[in-house]
Order: sequence, then structure tokens, then C-alpha cells
Amino acid sequence: MTDTTTTADTRAVSDVPLVRALNVSKAFYGNEVLKGIDLDVREGEVVCLLGPSGSGKTTFLRCINQLETIDGGRIWIDGDLMGYDDRNGQLHRLHDKRIAAQRRDIGMVFQRFNLFPHMTALQNVMEGPVQVKGQGKGESRAAALELLERVGLQEHCAHFPAQLSGGQQQRVAIARALAMKPKLMLFDEPTSALDPELVGEVLAVMRELAQDGMTMIVVTHEMSFARQVADRVVFMDAGVVVESGPPAEVINRPQHERTRAFLSRLHAEEEHRREAIEDPLHGNDH
Amino acid sequence: MTAGTSVDQEARPGKIEARPVRHPWRYVGVVIIALLVAMIISSLVTNERWDLPFALRVMNYKPIIQGLIQGTIIGTVGAMIIGIVGGILLAMMRLSENPVLRGVAFLYTWFFRAIPRLVLLAMLGTGVGYLYPKLDFGLPFSQQITSAFGMSNDLTFYQLDVNSISNGIIIGILGLGLSEAAYMAEIARAGIQSVDRGQSEAAQALGMSNGKAMRRVILPQAMRVIVPPTGNETIAMVKDTSLLSIVPVTAELWYQITVVGSRTLKIMPTYVAGFAWYLVVCTILMIGQYFLERRFGRGFGTTAPGRTRMLGLGSREGGA
Repeated sequence: MTDTTTTADTRAVSDVPLVRALNVSKAFYGNEVLKGIDLDVREGEVVCLLGPSGSGKTTFLRCINQLETIDGGRIWIDGDLMGYDDRNGQLHRLHDKRIAAQRRDIGMVFQRFNLFPHMTALQNVMEGPVQVKGQGKGESRAAALELLERVGLQEHCAHFPAQLSGGQQQRVAIARALAMKPKLMLFDEPTSALDPELVGEVLAVMRELAQDGMTMIVVTHEMSFARQVADRVVFMDAGVVVESGPPAEVINRPQHERTRAFLSRLHAEEEHRREAIEDPLHGNDH
Repeated sequence: MTAGTSVDQEARPGKIEARPVRHPWRYVGVVIIALLVAMIISSLVTNERWDLPFALRVMNYKPIIQGLIQGTIIGTVGAMIIGIVGGILLAMMRLSENPVLRGVAFLYTWFFRAIPRLVLLAMLGTGVGYLYPKLDFGLPFSQQITSAFGMSNDLTFYQLDVNSISNGIIIGILGLGLSEAAYMAEIARAGIQSVDRGQSEAAQALGMSNGKAMRRVILPQAMRVIVPPTGNETIAMVKDTSLLSIVPVTAELWYQITVVGSRTLKIMPTYVAGFAWYLVVCTILMIGQYFLERRFGRGFGTTAPGRTRMLGLGSREGGA
């Protein structure tokens, strides 16, 4: 971990960041969801996006992958302007095929997994390399089996998604995204749809990925993950970045009132849940 | 939690051997149905005007079997191929971002759903050869242009003699297929829209183009919804091939049945023979539909559907 961080740090001095978002704005039917987001992510960096629901963090993540089109600002990935061709200051919208090509280098993991239900785990992982990159089936199969082993699911390669638990499905989804050998991985609340006892296995895979030096942007409510794995935490609220910095600072010593309010609410909820589990008959009269 | 725990071992209740709920009216129903069936069978055997042996002979009569294969079966297969391919294309056009394609698909569906098949087939059968005896393949308005400028070559690349095919099954298949495509378009659209949005997003996130996402991810899942009503449409199409006689198509089951009936004057037994063939073909199709549904249901529900489902009995097993 320390190795990758230092290389990322030295690179940041001279290199362009892998992801650069400048003044990104987005509205749905007149409702402004993003109001000028700036974010730089260097290669090998793990950034966690925190914030209350409705703060725009998922929308921002989807904008990076062009699942949403932005109304204002610019997003560059590895120096490539996303979605547009800049011809002497005049932007020209890219053709769908070129947008599809820009997405190839970005892996995305969804809250609801979105595995292809008519394909086995192995076929899901092979689909991208075979259909998008035109790789041979034998080569892709070997690579896919390796990835499934990496997420601990090699024995489940012939199972259909419906035959897997939520945690297993999400790990297959991570393997599917990794099969495209992405430069950047986006995680959209990857553990929010999981039963509590299945959260750990997914977070373990993500932690390992971070240790291998993958650049990651993670939308999450898992504070312990953010604290332990993230290089930087970005707190968003109402479509703006409220504060950002190392997790120890933002989570333990938040500078802004809104961050403090969010964290204490989250903390109170966790406490409440723990109390509820420890004392299931709380409030009942015997 | 207080009373039940202290009951001693011998008093603990064992296996349940209860009497089931009685349904006496079911037995009454079975008796009534059995009586009705017995009456029908007895009338078929004793009333010699039914003449079932003759009907069986008509079923095996060569022109009837020829009509069955060349008109009913080939007609159904041809029309459904045009209908399914056309319908899926129309559905994709209807759901595309291109307003021109959307408009064309809408107009097509509107037009062909409004025309009764019998009327469409009659108009195609008499009209095409009458209005357009020759079909020229060339530049648009080439004849008008060449006559206006007095050129000798009329810029036609290929000429088709329409009258040579207009009485044939081809016109009939075309008519039924074009009409079917309009209905299939609606079925395919419902199927495509039934697939979760997250699926196309996952395909896009992998870098797939829209076309590839449609072929590899959306359509295979849409098929699960498309297949059952398509089976329905195919069975309806088997019966609609009897409309082909208006084109006219002579090598067709119902046309041949009416010919045999009026020639032998045993009209009712002949009709029974025709009806029996439709029953056989539709039964085979229903069996085929069952296996198709099982194929496209892969990945939804973990167990294979049981045999009872084919007969429509028992409860369906839960989906994903």
C-alpha cells in the first residue's frame, strides 16, 4: 500500500491526473443534482465518496462513465476528454461508438450487481474480452478463470447468477469489470444491497484490489472501509464537495458542520442498530 | 414459551395424519363430463352422416397432404420468419433514438394492424398483378426522367414479371408476413422493455456498442417474454393460412378441402378431415413451444420446470 501511494505521489508532481473533473454540473428536469464538482484522482489512488443520499455522489460516478451526460464542466480520463471532441474550442459530441470505446478502460460495479442472468459466472466474465476486445475464447477463458479464482469463486464458474448469493454475485461482477483490464474502477455502493454477513467478502476483494495499486472511486457508506483503505475521502452534500482530505482528517476531525452532522447521524444509526441486535426484546413488556 | 415447554416426552404430537377436505361436487362434475363425452362419441359412431372412415381417407388423400405441406406449413413458416424478423426490427426501430426510424415503425404498425388479413390478401392477390404487372429495379422515377429527356436507356437494372408469381404462395406469404410483423413488433417491444435498465447499463459499462448490447444482452433476455406470445401467434398463423385461398393459392389445405367436399358431396366429413389436420399441426407446435420456453428460461429460477407445466396444471415455479 505504501509503495503505490508513494509512486502515485511522485507521479502527481509531473503527470496529469488519471481522472480530472472540472466544474461538473448536471440537472434532471431542472433539478440541479451536481453544482460544479471538481475532483482529481491520481493513478493508484483510492477515493471514497461519502455523503447523505441525494447528495449526488452516485450521479457523479455515473457521469464519469457517461451513463449520464453532463450539462456543464469537463471530465478527462487519462488526458481524454469524455464524450466530446474539442476542435479549437468548439465541442462536438462524439459518436456512440467512440463513447463505447472510451468506456472500455473504466470498470464499473453496480449496487444491484447487474450480472447477465442468462450467462454463467464464467460467461459473464468472458463476455467483455470476447465481444468487445475480440479476444480469443481460449485465452479469455483462462484469464476469466484466473479472475474468478482471485475473487474466490473458481468452483462457481458454471453457476448462473440466480444460483449465487448476493456477495458471490457482486464478486463475479467485480471480476467481470476487471476482465477488461481497466485503468480505473468505479464502485457504486457495492455493498448496499447485501445482507450484513455478506458485506465483508466483497470489501475484502476491494481491499486487495486497492493493495494491488488499482485506481478506484468508491461510493460507500462503509466508514471502516473508507478509513482503512481510502487515500482520500470526499464528502459531498447537495451537489457540491463540502470537504476532502485523508480519511483520518475528514472522518475524525471534520471541519464543516454538514460533515459533522452526517457523520454523527451515521454513527447514531450504527449505535442504534448495535443496540437493537444486542437487546432484541428492548421495549417489550413481559 | 411458558406452557408448551414442560409437556413430557410421551405427549409430544407426532406425524400429522389428517383427513383431506372433501370435494363432492368435483365427482358430480366428472360424471356430467363423462356423460357428455359418451354422448358425443356415440353420436359420432352411430350417426353415419359423420362418416369418420371417409374423413380419415380424405386426410390421407394426396392433394390434401400436398396442400397441408405447401400451403399451411410452408405458408406458416415463411410468414412467421418474415413476421418475427420484421417485428424485432420494427421494435428496435420504435425504441431507437432516431426519430425517423421511430416514425416509420409507428406508421407501419398503424397501417398493417388496421387492415384485415383477408382484405390484405385479396388486394395483394388481384391488385399487385393488375396495378404493377412489371416491377422495375432502377433509379427512382427513372422512367419519367428518361421520357422527359428523350433518352433511350430507361435506367432499369432488372425487371421482374410480377404476374409470374402473383398467383403463387409467395404473394400469400408476403401478405401474411407483413401483417404479422406489425403484431410481432408490439410483442417484441414489450419483451425488450421488460429487461431491466441495469442490464443495458452493465453492457455499456463494458464498452459494448448499442447494437451489440441489444444482440448479446437485451434480446436473449427479452426472448423469455417474447416466446410465449410468439407461440400463440404461430398457432394463429397456422389457422390464418386458410385465408390464402382468397389470393388464390390452390395448393393449400382449406382450398383443397372445399374442392374435395364439393366434388364428393360429403361436405361435413371433409371439413372434419381438415379440422383434424389443423388440430395435429397446432398440437405439435404447442409441444415445440414448451421446449423453446425452457431454453430461453435459462438462468431464471434454479430448477427445471416440471412436466405438469406443459399441461398447464400445477403452479408455476418462481422466477429469479
